[in-house]
Amino acid sequence: MSSVPRFWRNLGSRYNLEGTRCKECGEHFYPPRNVCVNCRREGEIEPYTFTGTGEIVTYTLIHTAAEGFENQSPYTLAIIQLDEGPRLTSQVVGEPEKMHIGMRVRPVFRKLGEDGERGMIYYGTKFVPADA
Amino acid sequence: MAIGIVSYGAYVPRYRIKIEEIARLWGDNAEALKNGLMVYEKSVPDIDEDAATIAVEAARHAMARSGVDPGRIGAVYTGSESHPYAVKPTSTIVAQAIRATPHMTAADFEFACKAGTAAVQACMGLVGSGMVDLGMAIGADVSQGAPSDALEYTAAAGGVACLIGRKESELAAIIEDTYSFTTDTPDFWRREGMPYPEHGGRFTGEPGYFKHVTNGAKGLMEKLGTKPEDYDYAVFHQPNGKFPSKAAKTLGFTKAQITPGLVVPKIGNTYSGSCLMGIAATLDQAKPGDRIFATAFGSGAGSDAFSITVTDRIEEIRNRAPTVSELIKDPIYIDYARYARHKGKIRLA
Repeated sequence: MSSVPRFWRNLGSRYNLEGTRCKECGEHFYPPRNVCVNCRREGEIEPYTFTGTGEIVTYTLIHTAAEGFENQSPYTLAIIQLDEGPRLTSQVVGEPEKMHIGMRVRPVFRKLGEDGERGMIYYGTKFVPADA
Repeated sequence: MAIGIVSYGAYVPRYRIKIEEIARLWGDNAEALKNGLMVYEKSVPDIDEDAATIAVEAARHAMARSGVDPGRIGAVYTGSESHPYAVKPTSTIVAQAIRATPHMTAADFEFACKAGTAAVQACMGLVGSGMVDLGMAIGADVSQGAPSDALEYTAAAGGVACLIGRKESELAAIIEDTYSFTTDTPDFWRREGMPYPEHGGRFTGEPGYFKHVTNGAKGLMEKLGTKPEDYDYAVFHQPNGKFPSKAAKTLGFTKAQITPGLVVPKIGNTYSGSCLMGIAATLDQAKPGDRIFATAFGSGAGSDAFSITVTDRIEEIRNRAPTVSELIKDPIYIDYARYARHKGKIRLA
């Protein structure tokens, strides 16, 4: 996560879960796709903003953190299935012992990381238990 | 033409540390501190929360309550004394996150604890003059208190956003007028690059807080010809529970008037969010026609006083986002070690 332009290009997706949807078959895509994988050239893609609610498909507790995340360990990394269908990997904020497969989640706006003390701070979406 | 609050939204992080826990570390008398400050615990941000994330959450709650198209927002101003960047606006992050960009103006405000209400006044000016349709004013902080400093017992985290507009049918509360009282008073400051602020100890009381709050409040009541008994509720900047209680008494407001908005005992001083948090908690329970008197204070020093009348629309929008009491229930208590980690007081190699 050390590329400013790469992060900036994805601001919409990171801040507001902006993806796309195929009008033809109704499939939703996150991150956004420009071509429908089902309908190919017959498909018609339109922008779609996800509500952000979904559930944990599976998760893991990270104890040996990646560089820049040492201060957060142990933290939960989960595959989340959004209610519209797509799956994504995200941190789930909260007490690790409360995490479970099938847990309902909702989105929150958090710091995703930063490039040291001098670099950019990356913001975006993480998830919390829906009842938190 | 009426100007007022179209919507509001608050946010308070989930974590709390108790006064006893901080006092335990420094060998202070917790009971004496609790009685003196009238603060029992304070909110602590998560490791990945800062003034920008808090401002975004508060602004999103305000947007959820309002139901308006974010494209109508012509200005986003965020007041804080803990902006995450020294140079790069918090307000652009907020504006992007609530999808108000790009046809709008934005800037960050700083005036110790009253930067949020200064942003409200700026939005009132822009909205009132017709320069913008709607303005989003936010006060949000993850305030800093040096380890073992008196401020460490109260410096908390939280934020409130107010959507300011002028379309009468949209107003949940009308701001009848505002008045400020400002002088150059060195009661509290933080120099560039320094992690913690400095304060003038007892000097912060009389020449700072009380002089400015009482003069600001009196100034507005004189301007409007109102008296304390004309108001159903009152909110004064709450750096602790004692100061606003004393200021209210001096001015002639009752305990019953300030109690609904006095949230500091449970969450501490949310700095730029402090007075606005009291206003939000009051709006959470006020009825149409109720009048609210509010005075924010910022060290340095100045006060912003507001006279507010709640409209029928409050009932319609109130439950579209969490209330302050809903936000502060069910906290997670942490010890000083975890607090130090959350606040970045522990540096990893």
